[in-house]
Amino acid sequence: MAAIEVRDLVVSYGDTTAIGGISFSGQAGEVLTLLGPNGAGKTTTVETLEGYRRPTAGQVRVLGLDPVGDRRSLMPKIGVMLQRGGIYPSMGPYEALRLFAAYYDHPEDADVLLARVHLQDVARTPWRRLSGGEQQRLSLALALVGRPKVAFLDEPTAGVDPEGRMAIRQVVRELRDAGACVVLTTHELEEAERLADDIVILDRGHVVARGTPSQLMSSGGGDEIRFGAPPAMDCKALAVAVGAAVIEERSGEYVVEAAATPAMVAAVTAWLAEHDLPLADLRAGRQTLEDVFLRLTGQPGAAAAERRAPNRGRREVGR
Amino acid sequence: MRRVAAQARAEVTMTLRRGESVLLALGIPVLLLVFFSLVDVVPTGTEDRVDFLAPGILALAVMSTAMVALGIATGFERQYLVLKRLGSTPLRRGELLAAKTLAVVAVEAVQVAVLVPVALTLGWRAHGSAPLALAAVALATVGFAGLGMLMAGTLRAEVTLAAANGLYLVLLLLGGMVVPVTRLPGALRAVARALPAAALSDALHGALAASASVPGRSWAVLAAWALAAPVAAAFTFRWE
Repeated sequence: MAAIEVRDLVVSYGDTTAIGGISFSGQAGEVLTLLGPNGAGKTTTVETLEGYRRPTAGQVRVLGLDPVGDRRSLMPKIGVMLQRGGIYPSMGPYEALRLFAAYYDHPEDADVLLARVHLQDVARTPWRRLSGGEQQRLSLALALVGRPKVAFLDEPTAGVDPEGRMAIRQVVRELRDAGACVVLTTHELEEAERLADDIVILDRGHVVARGTPSQLMSSGGGDEIRFGAPPAMDCKALAVAVGAAVIEERSGEYVVEAAATPAMVAAVTAWLAEHDLPLADLRAGRQTLEDVFLRLTGQPGAAAAERRAPNRGRREVGR
Repeated sequence: MRRVAAQARAEVTMTLRRGESVLLALGIPVLLLVFFSLVDVVPTGTEDRVDFLAPGILALAVMSTAMVALGIATGFERQYLVLKRLGSTPLRRGELLAAKTLAVVAVEAVQVAVLVPVALTLGWRAHGSAPLALAAVALATVGFAGLGMLMAGTLRAEVTLAAANGLYLVLLLLGGMVVPVTRLPGALRAVARALPAAALSDALHGALAASASVPGRSWAVLAAWALAAPVAAAFTFRWE
C-alpha cells in the first residue's frame, strides 16, 4: 500500500480550479517533494491530504484512509507543519510540545524533540518572541510529536537561516530513515535537490514532471554545453567554427549541442576569445534541476538568482 | 479525557497569563464592587448598596469570562491558525469545546472565590439559594459563550476584540449590574430586559435575595439566549 495516494484530484474554489486533475503516490521511507512556483497548487494538494479540504473530484488516501471521512483514525498517524502560524503565541517550545504530547497515545519526549531541532536554549521563550527560523523549527517539532507515519511539511525551510535549514534537513532525513513518508513542498530548487527522493513538479494545478532528481535532470537533455555570453551573438558563425548546432535559448544563454569533450570546450572558448566576447559561465553535461524547472514552468525557481553564483557542484568556468 | 484535561489546563494557564484577562476577570469587577459600595453615586434602591451590587457584579464577572475573554482568545487563536493546526491533531472539536468550557468554569470559580469574600467584607448579607444562582450562572454562561464564539468564528480577531469590549460596556450599563434596570427609561428598559445580561443579574438578584425566587421571565430570556447563541455560532463558525 502506498503511504499516500492522489488519484485524478480536482480541487475548485468557486469558479477557480486550483488543482486540475493530478495523480501521484508516495511510499514509506521516502521524501516526496512537491516543487512548483507560487500558486502552483502545492499547498492545496497538501491540505487536501491533511483533510482540510475535500476533493471536488477524484480522491486522496493517506495510509489507505480518507483524510476527511476517516479523520479520527488518521490524525494520530500523521504530522502536519502548516506554512505559517498554528501555535499559541504565549506558549514556549517546551510547553507547546508538552501540550501536543497529551494529544497522542505514544508521544515523543519533549526534551528529545527540543534537542533534535536545537531549541533547548529558548525552551521557555514565548512563540511570539522566537525568530522566524526558531518558529519554523518548533512547528516542525510539533509535527513529530506523535511519531507520524506520514509527515506533511509545507515550505519547512522558508525564511530559515542556513544553520536552521541544516537542522531541518537532518530531521527530515532521520524521519525518512525511520520509515516515514515525508511529503514536503518547496519552491526552492536547492531544497528539492538536496532532500527529495522523488519530485513532483506542479505548475498551475497540473503535474508537469515526476521522477527522481537524477531522472528529471537527465530527461530531455542529452549531451550539451551551456554558457552565458553577450546576447545576440552570431550563433551560425560559432556553429561553423565548432562543427555543432548552437542555439541562443534565452537572451545571453547559449546551448551547444555536442558532448562536452575537452576539445569541444576548448573550441568554444577559443572562438569566444578570438571575437573578444566575455564568457559568463560554462556548464557541461547534464542539465540542472533549475533548467528542467525553467523549461517546464517558464519561471525561474526562487533560488535561481543565488544559484547563478559559482560553486554549484558541477563543472563551471567563470571569469 | 487526557486530551480534554491537558487542553483545559493549557487554556486556564494562558488566560491567567494574559494581564488584560486578569484585569477583566478580577480587576474591574473588584474595583466596581468596592467603589460603588463605598461611594454613594448609584441609586441602587437597597438599604445597603452592596446588597444590590454583589449579585450584579457576579453577573458581570460571568459575562466577562464567558463572552469577552473566550471570544477574544478564540478569535486570535483562529487568526493565528491555532484552531486550524489543532484540526490535524487527534484532539477532536468536541474535546476542544469541552476544554474551553471547563476553562471558563474554572475561571468563574476563581472569580466567585475572590468576589464573594470582598462583598461579604463590604457588608453583603448573602442569603437565598445557591443552587438557583448556580443554575442561572450555568445557563447564562452557555448563552454568553455562544455570543463570544459567534464573534470569534465570523469576525477578524481585531474586530472581535473591539466588538466584545463594546458589547461588554453596553451590557454593563443596560444589564442591571451597577445601575438597576428599573432606572432606565421605558423603551430602553424593554430592550435591556430581553438581553442576557439583565436576565442574569435579575436572576441573581432574585436567587440571592431572602425570598430566593427567580422571575420566570429571566429563565425564559436566559434559556432563549443559551439556545440561540450557540446554535448561531455553530452554524457560522469558520475554523480558519
